[in-house]
Amino acid sequence: MAQKTVLFAKHVECGAKMVDFHGWDMPLNYGSQIEEHHHVRQDAGMFDVSHMTIVDLQGPNTRNFLRYLLANDVNKLTVSGKALYSGMLNEAGGVIDDLIVYFLAEDFFRLVVNSATRENDLAWINKQAAEFNVTVTERPEFAMIAVQGPQAKAKVATLLTEEQKAAVAGMKPFFGVQAGSLFIATTGYTGEDGYEISLPNEEAADFWQKLLDAGVKPAGLGARDTLRLEAGMNLYGQDMDETVSPLAANMGWTIAWEPSDRNFIGRAALEQQKAAGTMKLVGLVMEQKGVLRHGQKVVTEGGEGEITSGTFSPTLGFSIAMARVPASTGDTAEVDIRGKLVQVKVVKPNFVRMGKKVI
Amino acid sequence: MSNIPNELKYAPSHEWVRDEGNGVFTVGISEHAQDLLGDMVFVELPDVGDVVAQGDDVAVAESVKAASDIYAPVSGEIVAVNDALNDSPELVNSAPYGDGWMFKIKISDESELAGLLDAAGYQSVVDSE
Repeated sequence: MAQKTVLFAKHVECGAKMVDFHGWDMPLNYGSQIEEHHHVRQDAGMFDVSHMTIVDLQGPNTRNFLRYLLANDVNKLTVSGKALYSGMLNEAGGVIDDLIVYFLAEDFFRLVVNSATRENDLAWINKQAAEFNVTVTERPEFAMIAVQGPQAKAKVATLLTEEQKAAVAGMKPFFGVQAGSLFIATTGYTGEDGYEISLPNEEAADFWQKLLDAGVKPAGLGARDTLRLEAGMNLYGQDMDETVSPLAANMGWTIAWEPSDRNFIGRAALEQQKAAGTMKLVGLVMEQKGVLRHGQKVVTEGGEGEITSGTFSPTLGFSIAMARVPASTGDTAEVDIRGKLVQVKVVKPNFVRMGKKVI
Repeated sequence: MSNIPNELKYAPSHEWVRDEGNGVFTVGISEHAQDLLGDMVFVELPDVGDVVAQGDDVAVAESVKAASDIYAPVSGEIVAVNDALNDSPELVNSAPYGDGWMFKIKISDESELAGLLDAAGYQSVVDSE
């Protein structure tokens, strides 16, 4: 039996087509994923992301623990509420998961990790935490709703109390704040403005309904995937996994090499990989008919690569992809689409931000 | 429940066939098929004048989810294609039995029609999936 989030009944009410997603019964779409995609880019959409795992870390040594656990450096977090994106690596420098860490207090940090990797992540974190005397607490009592799009914040504001409005006023990107029963964060997976809101399970259905009443449209996993791909954001398990170096997954910017005396898990392996050179993750654009898809072979002068994520971009009207290719790859490549080699442009893996084309 | 009109014939590979008279048959994909594929983003159609055999892959329906071959349900010559799908592939989703039609075939062997499924036969194909 697949697990259901507390919003399952609301999805059915909204006409969702439900699918199994790593053991969770989740909405694929509520009719048309392309319409849902446009609605997020142009107005405001919401996603049930309650399947994601919230893990609280507590204890006086939590910061030191995270400086060892993560490739990015939580010493960049100096203001309460600030968040950081990081890879959590194994000793070989492979990506166990990508996650967001929030600095709430000196003895209290919060992680949000992927649902597909939940068990693995928890086992790894617990194993590493023992030595640091850090308490690891999963928070399944929270649901999570992502409200995204240019009108997302304004529409959420109609549901907030005066105190909550004051708490989020002027909040910069990548911050989180506890406001009443809501943990409201300026994060997301769409490249649009908006919030990710954690709240007690028992309040979630009511909150969802109020968002619907405020004109926020539900969007499913299908739209979530095309939105994140347009925004050039990686999907764990597809664009990277335990066998892939962050250097070969466009995550080099998330590795904090300085200070050089900070020892984090995977550092030694990463330094060797950096010296030896790795493949790179690039964006592909195909303006002619057809759709680039996961698993297709990429042919370049320097050797072969592979598409890790590919889709039709509803915003751009043509196909885009992320591909892992040899470091020598230039401005063009060819993709084997059902036996035919088709020329594509090679770009930075970032296609649409804040509703605008960026390629 | 998926809509399966009684007046059409079906191939087990989810194409429908409508008799337009004079040996011409319109072909599209079923409501069930478009639902499986999800939002259509491109439809690659055959050329008018192409001569095709029953079972040939003659068109490609590319949706957000996958590229899917469309097979000729009968043999014959392609006499028309639905050019509206070039700009509006979503017609396959919104009107699979109407404006979302794909091509018309002038049949070369009427005996092939007997091998196609009626609505009840196609319903059992859908049910068995």
